[in-house]
Amino acid sequence: MKRARVAYAGAIHQATAHGDQLQLADGRVVAQDAVVWLPPLLPTPRPRTILALGLNYADHAKELAFKAPEEPLVFIKGESTLIGHRAFTRRPAGVQFMHYECELTVVIGQTARNVKRDDAYDFVAGFTVANDYAIRDYLENWYRPNLRVKNRDTCTPIGPWLVDATDVPDPMNLALQTTVNGQVTQSGNTRDMIFDVPFLIEYFSSFMTLQPGDLILTGTPDGVVDCQPGDVVVTRIEDIGALINTIETWPTAAPVVPPKGQT
Amino acid sequence: MSTAPPFMPEGTVYGTLLNFQGEIEALAPQMSEAPYKAAPSAPVLYVKTANTWSANGSGIALPATTQQVEVGATIGVLIGPQALVKYAQTAIISIAHYVLMNDLSIPHASFFRPPVKYKCVDGFLGVGSQLVSAGQAGDPARFKLEVRVNGELRQRIDFANLVRSANQLLADVGEFMTLQPGDVIMLGCDAGRPLAQAGDRIDIYAPGLPAFGTLSNTLLPPQSPDASVEGAP
Repeated sequence: MKRARVAYAGAIHQATAHGDQLQLADGRVVAQDAVVWLPPLLPTPRPRTILALGLNYADHAKELAFKAPEEPLVFIKGESTLIGHRAFTRRPAGVQFMHYECELTVVIGQTARNVKRDDAYDFVAGFTVANDYAIRDYLENWYRPNLRVKNRDTCTPIGPWLVDATDVPDPMNLALQTTVNGQVTQSGNTRDMIFDVPFLIEYFSSFMTLQPGDLILTGTPDGVVDCQPGDVVVTRIEDIGALINTIETWPTAAPVVPPKGQT
Repeated sequence: MSTAPPFMPEGTVYGTLLNFQGEIEALAPQMSEAPYKAAPSAPVLYVKTANTWSANGSGIALPATTQQVEVGATIGVLIGPQALVKYAQTAIISIAHYVLMNDLSIPHASFFRPPVKYKCVDGFLGVGSQLVSAGQAGDPARFKLEVRVNGELRQRIDFANLVRSANQLLADVGEFMTLQPGDVIMLGCDAGRPLAQAGDRIDIYAPGLPAFGTLSNTLLPPQSPDASVEGAP
């Protein structure tokens, strides 16, 4: 099943894929462009942990002139960086190099502590697609990649679907592809990950308990290129979905006026 | 006796590296060398994930491979419901409350890569139970902390020595990300962080501001895998 979370007619709805339309939980069938797509997240009682991998494909590590890491290079995002499918991501004025990163994203389904790799998939609810944008101008060599690069507002589109794990028989053999304005700029396959999904679940759960709804963004293959305002970036993973995002200028042309009484 | 339930965060908890002059001085000789090549220009942040949160008074089990941990006594700023209103180059900040925190780390000498395996270990953030309002707490530059291990005074911290004041930190972080209501950002942990080991009791207290209470946690020996419990620590 492909599940979505959308805003429609003034309320938030769970929805499922219905041909090329969407069926809301109340039965209504609506067009996919009639809704606002929200990140397809499971509810969590506490803030979700969002782990993201760097340099997890050997070709991408080479592209960025790093040797492949001997253990996972991982950083953490706050939930406020996430936005949904068909949304807009800001490119600050004056930056030189902002690129997408198409990433298979694991959604944890059960509390996971000291999990062994052979059992790892038992702890997965499903998969989605994330586009882990980076603005390389802001890289600094302290806890790199630093949050100014990786935790910016609007800079982690995710979705459109949460695809049930049972519908993804081999997560480690999925084609990834990114297009910019229709041109293919990135292609790869999840089989080329340095640290695969079962390894990552064993590794993280050995020191940190993962909870349902937590996310692991598993890194990106080579083929990252600079994106400019107006570019339409589609990050696509076989059987999981095609996540559409558009780059916009920031600050916007219209001035942001402070609310009354707060000057 | 207060009847309010003890505080526990509802948003993301961010930590700040290198926000005390003492930390900068300690690392200054290395800052221009590889891998850092320069002092940081923007705030250096990290996240203390929800699995790390330990209530005041609770025990914190060390991982089997860890003999000693660094005690990172600090104060967290809880972002208020009015949050951050940003426009142009300025920020309007509404700080709701402050809270004591004990940001434990497995000691690590390199700050080049994100510290997840050193800082996001289950239980590794003691969270004070008392929120203190901005009005009651006064100027954060006047905060002081005392850290005791088994009753012995091991560190004094003076927030007059912050690199970025609380307001400046919030403004500089707001340049690239919006802190949401309920998020907490810790002001930093000074150099000279005490080490502690299993069996040690750690008490953090703010002299002059008894409203913060005392944040106390005891380090426990590693849990055997058989004793693992489902759910958060």
